[in-house]
Amino acid sequence: MTIRARIAPVAETVLPGLTFVAMIAALGCVFLYVPNERMQGAVQRIFYFHVNAAWSAFFGFGLAAAASALFLWRTDETYDRLARAAVEVGMLFCTMVLVTGPIWARPIWGTWWTWDPRLTMTVILWTIYAVYLVLRAMGEDDPQIARYAAVLAIVGVLDVPLIMISVRLWRGMHPSVISAPAGQGGIQDSRMIVTLVVTLVAFTLLFLWLVWRRFEDLRLEDELHALEDDVDALGGRAVGGVTP
Amino acid sequence: MWSILRKDLLLEFRTREAIAALIVLVVLIVLTFTFSLDPEGARAAAPAVLWVTLIFAGLLAVQRTFLVERESGAWYGLLLGPVDRGAIFVAKLIANLLVLAIADVVLTLLLVLVLGTGVPTAPLELVFVNALGLIGFSALATLFAAISVRLRARELLLPLLVLPLLVPVVICAVEASRIVLAGGGAAAAAPWLRVLATFDVIVTVAGWMLFEQLVLE
Repeated sequence: MTIRARIAPVAETVLPGLTFVAMIAALGCVFLYVPNERMQGAVQRIFYFHVNAAWSAFFGFGLAAAASALFLWRTDETYDRLARAAVEVGMLFCTMVLVTGPIWARPIWGTWWTWDPRLTMTVILWTIYAVYLVLRAMGEDDPQIARYAAVLAIVGVLDVPLIMISVRLWRGMHPSVISAPAGQGGIQDSRMIVTLVVTLVAFTLLFLWLVWRRFEDLRLEDELHALEDDVDALGGRAVGGVTP
Repeated sequence: MWSILRKDLLLEFRTREAIAALIVLVVLIVLTFTFSLDPEGARAAAPAVLWVTLIFAGLLAVQRTFLVERESGAWYGLLLGPVDRGAIFVAKLIANLLVLAIADVVLTLLLVLVLGTGVPTAPLELVFVNALGLIGFSALATLFAAISVRLRARELLLPLLVLPLLVPVVICAVEASRIVLAGGGAAAAAPWLRVLATFDVIVTVAGWMLFEQLVLE
């Protein structure tokens, strides 16, 4: 709780305001400030959402694995809540990646989806963490569920490099049907770089703030359950009618 | 560890029910594939049929080894015994591996007889590829079966837990089998085999270390 107590004042007061300002600035940059990309036109602007959502998703999954390892080591429920919150928010951003990607790919590549290694990797990641959430939902009444989920998050992260290698090898062996993505040709316009940095900051702040909100939700939920148990222990008198 | 392994294997061979059921299941899945594929396509799809069948039949078999002990209450006896929890994992892993190996042999025979893949020209290489694939699958499935067996929707949950993480095994084992069945040597399949071997080592070590966390009561 000590770490939480130290973070709480910043996360409660500064973080939401900062996120709001950064997000407004990001929207301004993407829609007003940055010029149209020469070849792709306006649709390229989705890049700033897509790439930063991907960053936030990976951040979330990495954070979840680290928190899970800490949970198994220290058996402190704070880390379990952090892991769960990070996966949930990471899934939100991962879904955003999978939605914005095809919207861009349709006009540029001429198809919604292709089995490019990066796309394949993202969709596999999405399924791994979808299963994590299914596991948590199914085992809600099991006292050991936090351990199971932690093991899944850790094995998942250990597996990621192997999935990445095998997906690369797999694509390398087959002809690609649609021309490969044009690679990152490098951004030349300085306004694009400014926009990318501003949106990156905004997305990171948004990620942190959402994780914090979810983390607090889970903490309050646990406290509520503990209180309910206390009430039951007092003789099962209906007090107020507290329902989860 | 050896006594746990011996107990599991003894149980399997005394009752023979699991192996018999597994073999019938394997036969049925292959038949289902042959009915749904045209003969030409079936031959080309042989490596995919091999691994998809092994994985889906194997998931049921692996789940069972934990279920038997849970239902009889012997699980607690096992946990109370003076053994390292990691050793229980390794013993279960080897027991599952041997059962899957039997299914694998039957399956390979079926591929030759029913799907008409022809007698493998490089049998030793094929055994090697299958062994590497099976170890990885067995380790991952054994680890997560310890989770799913404790939850209510276990039949649904085990494939959910295993399949996304099994992607490297599916891709590499199928591609390596394709190369070896076509007569290519182990050298041609080397990149795939390297990934498979790495997967086997990582998942086995992770399982050995993490298994304890799953069986704390």
